[in-house]
Amino acid sequence: MTAQSVKWFWYASPQTFYPVAGVIARWCGAAAAVLCAAGLYIDIHAAGTWMSMFIYVVMAFWAAIGLAFNTRLSHMMASALAPTGALFTFIALWTGSFWGKPTWGTWWVWDARLTSELILLFLYFGFMALQAAIDDRRRAERAGALLAIVGVVNVPIIYYSVQWWNTLHQGASVSLTRAPSMAATMLTGMLVMALAFWMYSIAVTLLRVRCLILENR
Amino acid sequence: MGGYGLYVWGAYGVTFLLIGVEIALLVNRSRKCSETKT
Repeated sequence: MTAQSVKWFWYASPQTFYPVAGVIARWCGAAAAVLCAAGLYIDIHAAGTWMSMFIYVVMAFWAAIGLAFNTRLSHMMASALAPTGALFTFIALWTGSFWGKPTWGTWWVWDARLTSELILLFLYFGFMALQAAIDDRRRAERAGALLAIVGVVNVPIIYYSVQWWNTLHQGASVSLTRAPSMAATMLTGMLVMALAFWMYSIAVTLLRVRCLILENR
Repeated sequence: MGGYGLYVWGAYGVTFLLIGVEIALLVNRSRKCSETKT
């Protein structure tokens, strides 16, 4: 038990994590490419939206760990996740808009789901801008961490917005508590695409962490 | 595509363009970091 704990803490150091991150990033990058080729023909909107929310929760988690234990690698993880999270949030909004025009007849409406997702994009931008605006790195990391933790309240709002308010956006097609309301082939493709985006996110985040480790050495 | 080509390719095109841009920026940043630190 003690030996295992020592190994985990061993990889909490930026110097020891650097080579491991490289190996994981390469494998995840290759897996993302394969999965993307397999699931390309299916939905990127739902998978992108899931990633936008999930990445924010992971970012807030690392920010909280960094704030609580003052660990540099945790703050680096949070910083590395933000651009990819913002990318997936933009993809979710963009593809949603291109879905909305032919189905709803409009590119955009100020409905609860769309607006809360837009707020998520602003939270990502705010996190990155705040960290970039403060010269002292430690202070920048702490300020960013606070914003990330406070902003996490927006994630359940996005998820439950279609239940709490009367929205133009449809309800959830996939749920843990009931059977999915879509064809099995669609669902499989969507899950493959989500897995591809997961692998992609892990790969680019770890590559970015490696850059941050080198830049802050 | 039954008149929906703009919407389908508009969504896919921008998605994969942005992902490509992110990868290119990251590879460039990694290369610069490696060059300056070695």
